[in-house]
Amino acid sequence: MHVFADPTNLDAYLSGFLWILKLTGASAVLALVLGVLLAAFRVSPVPVLRGFGAAWVNIFRNTPLTLIIFFCYFGLYTTLGLTLSDDLDLNNYWLGVVGLSVYTAAFVCEAVRSGVNTVPAGQAEAARAIGLTFFQTLRIVILPQAGRAVVAPLGSVLIALCKNATIVGTIGLIEASSVMKDLINSNGDAVIAIFAVFAGTFAALLIPTGYFFGWLANRLAVKR
Amino acid sequence: MTTGEPLIVLDGVNKWFGPLHVLDDVSLSVGRGEVVVVIGPSGSGKSTLCRTINRLEPINSGTITFDGTPLPAEGKALAKLRSEVGMVFQSFNLFAHKTILENVTLGPVKVRGEKPAAARERGLALLDRVGIANQAEKYPAQLSGGQQQRAAIARALAMQPKAMLFDEPTSALDPEMVGEVLEVMTSLARDGMTMVVVTHEMGFARHAANRVIFMADGKLVEDAPPAEFFANPRSERAKDFLSKILTH
Repeated sequence: MHVFADPTNLDAYLSGFLWILKLTGASAVLALVLGVLLAAFRVSPVPVLRGFGAAWVNIFRNTPLTLIIFFCYFGLYTTLGLTLSDDLDLNNYWLGVVGLSVYTAAFVCEAVRSGVNTVPAGQAEAARAIGLTFFQTLRIVILPQAGRAVVAPLGSVLIALCKNATIVGTIGLIEASSVMKDLINSNGDAVIAIFAVFAGTFAALLIPTGYFFGWLANRLAVKR
Repeated sequence: MTTGEPLIVLDGVNKWFGPLHVLDDVSLSVGRGEVVVVIGPSGSGKSTLCRTINRLEPINSGTITFDGTPLPAEGKALAKLRSEVGMVFQSFNLFAHKTILENVTLGPVKVRGEKPAAARERGLALLDRVGIANQAEKYPAQLSGGQQQRAAIARALAMQPKAMLFDEPTSALDPEMVGEVLEVMTSLARDGMTMVVVTHEMGFARHAANRVIFMADGKLVEDAPPAEFFANPRSERAKDFLSKILTH
């Protein structure tokens, strides 16, 4: 473990994972908001909204994330001149967040939509029968129940998002996988050890996340 | 409010489910304070009829008028109309993620904009009226079927509806729980609530209804006071139906 005994390397390792956490955190919030909105669109009675939701899911779910992240950099930033921060790292970070969010939102949308389908039709009928509007019915009756049903699948989406965050390394943000590559390049004698530390760190972050979501899903389950 | 004029009027209502003609030129009017019980074999369209009155089922042709106004198509006006018509379902449909009291106060607070404290007080009074005040803080799944259905009736009453629709309210209940629900319904009828009740409970039809409607194959076949209907059904279809259900 001489590699991580060097304070410079240790700092790089820590800052790499800090970027991963920041990417995951911001993208998770944005993808959740966007995904729930898209799911609402997809179950709405308005054809234009349904079409928009379907188009979003079909485009972003079926495009490789690497391409989306590249497009954020070369398309949005280099070609279209969209600058999200004057700081180079922060600009790459936010471009990465945009790419991760629009991509992950498609998966959140589909998870939430499948959750909506687990809510018996009678719940919506009862809500309409007392005079709630379509969006009130969705917000007060359907989504809270659908949300509880999709806690576990959303946990999987979050775990995938955290790992996908490494792709932002391809546009120059020195996140964990980029740090690992650099360390391997300069420490050819400790490749396996470096790899094990990075993989182990992801596992240490994500295995408890998975259990936490499993526990939460049981706790929040709606009894029928 | 005008008196004398009927509260619910269906005129020449037709509805198809694909090729199936579920409501065939149905005309019916229900006066204020009247209790109309709809009976008939399954598949006769009686549930559909009940559900068209608050437009949970849209119709293909004909008109439905509630309190002098034709049913609005969609949107806010329809939501407002629905808030004035209480509905009780066969499968209760209590909001599974809300407590019994929250089920009852949701409509008054979210639809009518009542203050939560006031809605709560009224909700508790309604739960007391249907005999389940002590279940207020429980979730629907923790209650028996009969208790859930009484909670559902309280939820509908909380909107202070002008009329109540009951779509087979006791069909999903264990036999020993049917009585407690019918009791609540009977007391509502006695208090002058306008009610349309789809049911197989002939006892309720006999003692609580002002009129019995008999439906078969989507058509309204008979419309008579209960004593007359049960003693002298005019149509063969009704005679056949009654002979099947009353002989055992």
